[in-house]
Amino acid sequence: MSGLGNIIKKEFKELFTPATFVPIILVALIFGTMGNSIQGIQEQAKEKPIIGLINEDDDTLATITSSILYNNSKVIFNSTSIDDKQIAIDELKQKDGVALIVIPKNFTKQMRNESPGEIEIYWIMKGAGVMDTISSGVLQYLINYINTNLSKELIQDNSSVNSSFVLNPTKNIETTYFKDREFKGLTPDIIVSMLSSQSMLIPIVIMMIIIMAGGIVITSMALEKENKTLETLLTLPVKRTSIVTGKIIAAAGIGLILAIIYMIGMSFYFQGLQFSEGGISLAEYGLVLDSQDFLFIGISLFVTLIAGLSLCMLLGTFAKNYKSAQTLTFPVTMLALIPMFLTIFADFDTLPLALKGIVFAIPFSHPMMASRALIFENYMFVISGIIYVSIFASIMIIIVVWVFKTDRLLTGSTKKRKINLRQPLLLNLIRRR
Amino acid sequence: MITIEVKNLVKNYGKIEAVKGISFNVNEGEIFGLIGPNGAGKTTVLRIISTLLKINSGSIKIMDYDIEKDADKIRKIISYLPEDAGAYKNLTGRSYLQFIANFFDPKKNQQMVEKGIEIADLDERIDDRVDTYSKGMMRRLLVGRALMINPKLAILDEPTSGLDVINAQEIRKLVKNTAQAGTTILLSSHNMLEVEYLCERIALISEGKIVEGGKPKDLMNKYNANNIEEVFTKVVKQ
Repeated sequence: MSGLGNIIKKEFKELFTPATFVPIILVALIFGTMGNSIQGIQEQAKEKPIIGLINEDDDTLATITSSILYNNSKVIFNSTSIDDKQIAIDELKQKDGVALIVIPKNFTKQMRNESPGEIEIYWIMKGAGVMDTISSGVLQYLINYINTNLSKELIQDNSSVNSSFVLNPTKNIETTYFKDREFKGLTPDIIVSMLSSQSMLIPIVIMMIIIMAGGIVITSMALEKENKTLETLLTLPVKRTSIVTGKIIAAAGIGLILAIIYMIGMSFYFQGLQFSEGGISLAEYGLVLDSQDFLFIGISLFVTLIAGLSLCMLLGTFAKNYKSAQTLTFPVTMLALIPMFLTIFADFDTLPLALKGIVFAIPFSHPMMASRALIFENYMFVISGIIYVSIFASIMIIIVVWVFKTDRLLTGSTKKRKINLRQPLLLNLIRRR
Repeated sequence: MITIEVKNLVKNYGKIEAVKGISFNVNEGEIFGLIGPNGAGKTTVLRIISTLLKINSGSIKIMDYDIEKDADKIRKIISYLPEDAGAYKNLTGRSYLQFIANFFDPKKNQQMVEKGIEIADLDERIDDRVDTYSKGMMRRLLVGRALMINPKLAILDEPTSGLDVINAQEIRKLVKNTAQAGTTILLSSHNMLEVEYLCERIALISEGKIVEGGKPKDLMNKYNANNIEEVFTKVVKQ
């Protein structure tokens, strides 16, 4: 074999390891999943929005409006009386409807008198993720299309009509229903924007803390091995549990210091937001977190940090050196990124059941979802998340302590002792400890 | 009194049998040497006695404590110096010794640190960060760490590994003095001259088995050899 061939063969052998390929395969899978999601969004955008229509006006302009709505959306409720409003809203909520459109009695008459015709829109908002506003976005587009057609009609009827009126002949009176609350004067996209400004930063901060503190733990384990200090440590009179918890608490402490620094910055950011969201006060709509909510977020963050660090500690036991530690932080980074993106782009309540299960199972999701849940007083969701993450953390710590008591830490494998068939099972288990 | 009692010790790494049923005793205050080529199983035996690895079968007692049941108690009376051990690079030599001493009796830990500093003999460099130390300085610090706690049993894997002649001689003297003060020493070495100088008794390990054992002088007489190296060669060739 030539020198070049020999070198290439050796390099392939060294580089062709799971550590090289697993991260890339995972990234490919994530991009594949994201591609499917984007395709799903495109399909959702092509679908006709499901609406209800109450038309109290039988004149020409109202007829044009309702016919456009019929042709471009799926009308599942139709009435000519405003008294049916509540029935319509309930039906739309049940059947995944986007909005109820109400055309009042004097709609055409007002426009003929060159004052804007009022269209009442009652939005049914299902989730607060960016993706949850796609259907309402389609309907917003339809309302603009109605405006254009009404303008044409008004100009055809009267060419000397007031130009500033005719460019915008209708006025929307909007109310949004979301999580059993009524938001008068707000559209779903404004609510999403308001909530995003509050809940987008928390997932990013949490992701950064998990990645940084997790990296500290994994690297610490790797350095113990690389600097050959682990063997000495394990022969000292200190319990394995103390070594594990000591490392986790120290990293959690650093993580919390980082969290406090971020939270101080965030609190100023929130204060600014409460008065500056397009002139809308978040407090007026009850869309702010109080001190009790921050306490829940703090507890959720703390248990998540412990759970994450325990997981990192477990991964750290596989690290052989500093280089391999860098590779091992990848799964933790991914586990922090997935819920972060999901929290920003979608709402837990509107996710498919399987995805809900995955998101709930990832411990890092919980503090990310906590702020939005707390704004809508869904304390049960936050508390159940804290309980789940605490159980997850306890199990992780038990596994890590077990690994510390086996040969795996030093040799990469655990002891297998032959079971003596002549002895009772219990005795065998005791011998195995 | 017997400090270490090893009976039919077996240790496997997966399908590889690293130690194949060895037995030996080490008496209190004795320096006992395990000698053999690379991969013979010396370090595995020392790691097991240091409570780092589990055994597959057999039994080990340290001062009457069972290695499987009483590992926590054994860790209080032993000190292990691995062959390629390191120290925490961000600490100074003194802080490292203090960190280790803090795991032991709080009343005696200052005394331990002082003893560690004396053994390491690094003068003012003891207050420098460990990552600035040469290999020899690092080894002296680690020997100081291992012996400062006055262990009942010191397990030293290649204690003079990587040291120059002068430093190696100092460490050998130190090991001998420590044994004279009552500490039992179990050591492994490639250096047959070192073993001959230090050890009262030795065991020759080859391929996970003890192939010969006894006092160095008796073994040299038995095999009509000038040194332990010759003894070892003759035993392995048999």
